[in-house]
Amino acid sequence: MEKNTALKDTILFVGFAAVVLCLPIILEPIGANYPDLLQKIAIFGIFAIGFNILFGLTGYLSFGHAAFIGVGSYMTLWSFKLLTMNVVPAIIFSVMLAGVFAYLIGYVSLRRSGIYFSILTLAFAQMCYSLAYSVLTPITNGETGLQTRAIRTNPETSLLDADLRVIDQAFGVQEVGVPTTNFFGMAMSGYTGFYFCAVLLIICFFIAQRLTRSNFGMMLKAIKSNQNRLNYTGIHTRPYLIAAFVISGMYAGLAGSLMAATDPIAGAERMQWTASGEVVLMTILGGVGTLVGPVLGAGLIKYAEQKVSSWNEGILENFFSFLPETLQHLMTNIGSLFVGEGWHTTLGLMFMIIVIFLPGGIMEGIQRIANIFKRKSGDNSKGASAPQPAE
Amino acid sequence: MSVAEDIANEPGRSFERGVANSVLHIDDVHKSFAGLHALSDVDLDVRQGETHAIIGPNGAGKSTLLNVCVGRLKPDRGAVVFDGTVLTGKQPHEINQLGVARVFQTPEVFPDLTVLENVMVPALSKRDGHFRLNPFKSFARENHIRDEAVSVIESVGLKAQLSDMAAAMSRGDKRRLELAMGLIQHPRLLLLDEPTAGMARHDTNATIELLKQIKQGGMTKVIIEHDMHVVFSLADRISVLAGGRIIAQGKPDEIKNNPKVREAYLGEEQV
Amino acid sequence: MDAIFLQVLNGLDKGGAYALIALGLTLVFGTLGVVNFAHGALFMLGAFCAVALERMLSVSYERINPDKQDFLGNPLKEQISYLVDWLGADTAAFLQDYSVPLSILFAAIFMAIVGIVMERGLIKHFYKRPHADQILVTFGLAIVVQELVRHYFGANPIPQAAPDIVSGAANVGAWVGLGDNVIYPWWRLVYFLFSAAIIFGVFAFLQFTTFGMVVRAGMQDRETVGLLGINIEQKFTVVFGLAAVVAGVAGAMYTPVLPPDYHMGMDFLVLSFVVVVVGGMGSLGGAVLAGFLLGILQSFASMQAVQELIPGISQIIIYLVAVIVLLTLPRGLMGRKGVMED
Repeated sequence: MEKNTALKDTILFVGFAAVVLCLPIILEPIGANYPDLLQKIAIFGIFAIGFNILFGLTGYLSFGHAAFIGVGSYMTLWSFKLLTMNVVPAIIFSVMLAGVFAYLIGYVSLRRSGIYFSILTLAFAQMCYSLAYSVLTPITNGETGLQTRAIRTNPETSLLDADLRVIDQAFGVQEVGVPTTNFFGMAMSGYTGFYFCAVLLIICFFIAQRLTRSNFGMMLKAIKSNQNRLNYTGIHTRPYLIAAFVISGMYAGLAGSLMAATDPIAGAERMQWTASGEVVLMTILGGVGTLVGPVLGAGLIKYAEQKVSSWNEGILENFFSFLPETLQHLMTNIGSLFVGEGWHTTLGLMFMIIVIFLPGGIMEGIQRIANIFKRKSGDNSKGASAPQPAE
Repeated sequence: MSVAEDIANEPGRSFERGVANSVLHIDDVHKSFAGLHALSDVDLDVRQGETHAIIGPNGAGKSTLLNVCVGRLKPDRGAVVFDGTVLTGKQPHEINQLGVARVFQTPEVFPDLTVLENVMVPALSKRDGHFRLNPFKSFARENHIRDEAVSVIESVGLKAQLSDMAAAMSRGDKRRLELAMGLIQHPRLLLLDEPTAGMARHDTNATIELLKQIKQGGMTKVIIEHDMHVVFSLADRISVLAGGRIIAQGKPDEIKNNPKVREAYLGEEQV
Repeated sequence: MDAIFLQVLNGLDKGGAYALIALGLTLVFGTLGVVNFAHGALFMLGAFCAVALERMLSVSYERINPDKQDFLGNPLKEQISYLVDWLGADTAAFLQDYSVPLSILFAAIFMAIVGIVMERGLIKHFYKRPHADQILVTFGLAIVVQELVRHYFGANPIPQAAPDIVSGAANVGAWVGLGDNVIYPWWRLVYFLFSAAIIFGVFAFLQFTTFGMVVRAGMQDRETVGLLGINIEQKFTVVFGLAAVVAGVAGAMYTPVLPPDYHMGMDFLVLSFVVVVVGGMGSLGGAVLAGFLLGILQSFASMQAVQELIPGISQIIIYLVAVIVLLTLPRGLMGRKGVMED
């Protein structure tokens, strides 16, 4: 039995890695194979996998994970500004700092459960967001956002407007203007950037898979199932919860770091609670508690975001051109609520539809369809009725 | 070596204030809810290796007493001492780690886990302690623990449902699963809260047989039970709780013939 | 002394808004058992009711005034509001001046409809679902509502004027004998009195009507009330509608204090949740108390002296208080045992 599981996991992992690495080819037919989008899919995939370790396994719904994205982004930018444009130290520092933040926030928030936990995490994230815009502007550069600059020539200049890059300078790197971020010389833009993120995504997936299948993962599932009983079984649940929170915070920190690495600017808007909400949506859209689901959800949402927000009324008019003119106008007007600037309306609507009709997400949908086919091939009697909606 | 193992390996010791061989010593425990005395002046000693039944009419305070023992309730006064360690004020998981396991009256299983996983989780906590960060230790490769869990599940008669979700089980099966979850921890003290309530007669008998077998293994047990058939088949000694007080204590025969007990309890339920 | 008194006053109007939103949240949570993340959106919708009414009152058409000419000698085009045509210039000006107070009526009707539709159409189906699902679905709804508002009203804040008669500031200090240093805008005073009246009204409604009695009983023990054979579903709809109306009028009246924009709902929602948690989940009195308390605390934290002492404190004071309260008093200031503790 255990060999069976291990084999299945290996197949899943290899399949996942293959799909991720071939994404540029797979997504070509739907015109989504440009590097910027691919990078986003991989980065948000990491974010969602990490979020799922907390929400999917323990059932604790955090509404403050965007804070760790922010922490990761700012830390990465400071690493670029002070040390080197190489992304490796930036990523390491970001993940570690996000872990520290997650420990502090988790230590306090996890004293409560249920909706109290959600509100506490939300309060902490909002706190970070407000601080980034107010007191912490010397670190975050407020609304302008933190950016990489040219090397400082005048010691009077604020570090927000000029960089040091001590390590790069020590190695005598010549800079013309503001240099690009790199991984030992390979620029982090375009397909290189995507493959860098993709490899990290695969590693993250592997870690998440091992975690899920481990004793630790089993304890987390038991917490979701019946935390009280687990206490009477001799398990102290809080350290497990804190560990899960820290791990998922580190995933978020990594995602934030990669956002800054592929596009070296960091702003506080990444920490807004709508950003926390977005990752929740990705996770439930794909399937809470599944391994592949969150990545699938992240990919779909980022793809939809790019597509839908690039549409405009002209495209809609063309689309509805088969209709009579008045109807065409009507449909265009209704449609324009949801495209372009209205992308968030679509997002909110998707959120509702998924929660109402498919709480298990796409993975559950696939499961249901698979079950129908199984039953149909099994016996062709009338038993193959529509699946019951999960209430 | 964990505390639990430490205790499990030790032979029975006497507690200085209690009776010789006392494993569980309940010392002058009081508990009241909003002025209502649920427990008053409760003194009780459970000896090493015995099966001690606590009986009494409904509302006598039996479940309250058990809840005080496992740390779910805090007594107003008095203490519960397990093998020289004061349990009062300890967290439920600490009490379990000392070697006290509890079988709940209303089944409290992990509904989203399989039967096998339900039993393996307590086994892991017995082996690894209350927290061990082993994020990469594959659960599927815990062969030793799985084999043991399978054999315990077999002994409670749930072998056929090994990979069923616990949520889908009948109430009676959930109780047997509860029992398995308690047994796999090889506790020094097993607290059973009406282990056969709601079971059919032949299942009850099977459970009695199972508990008798464990008795030969030397595990100390405290049973709260309504069913006198179960009580008199299993108990070495019985304490009778009525109105929050212990009114009698002794061997089954003594209890049967105790006039106070007859008056308070057996009068209503014919044995 | 003056400064302290002024800060207390400053906190009252904001506190009033918090209290009104938190009251609705608590009412819905206590009776229906639903965590409504769209409640802030209802507040925002109410605010835009005021905007919409003001626009409706000034709907106008163009006509050529033959008497006047522009500098090129062409006849001058004039914007004439229909209201002026129908009711005469004086009445029209009066109505337009009082558009914000009038919008209470408009908001109340509109929000009652919105509330009932929302409860019947969506919330009803989530009574038995986990809290996480409730949070998520209402969160989605909140996004949709806020984006629709942005689509129709744009992203910029739209200032609303208070009626002329209360547009100035009151010399509150003189009333209480503190000298002339305590100047406080009239409208904020009006808002505070308004919120106090609404709170009083809601409490009286719950205290003195049979309906209110059922609702209070439901907050104590939902199952029992259901068993009594009372048509609880219908009551739920009314309660939800009431909460929506309270949030709506609170928003409408708040527009002269804070020009409404599409995301004000989200901003207030997060704070109101904190208020509810601090006050104690399921406690109406706690929600009101915590609302005013946090409002006043926030205004104290934004004092110059305090800012210099602890920079940034005004931004985070509310969250900080929430964290401290939750860690020391798990049930909040006035929370009851057994609410949301599993």
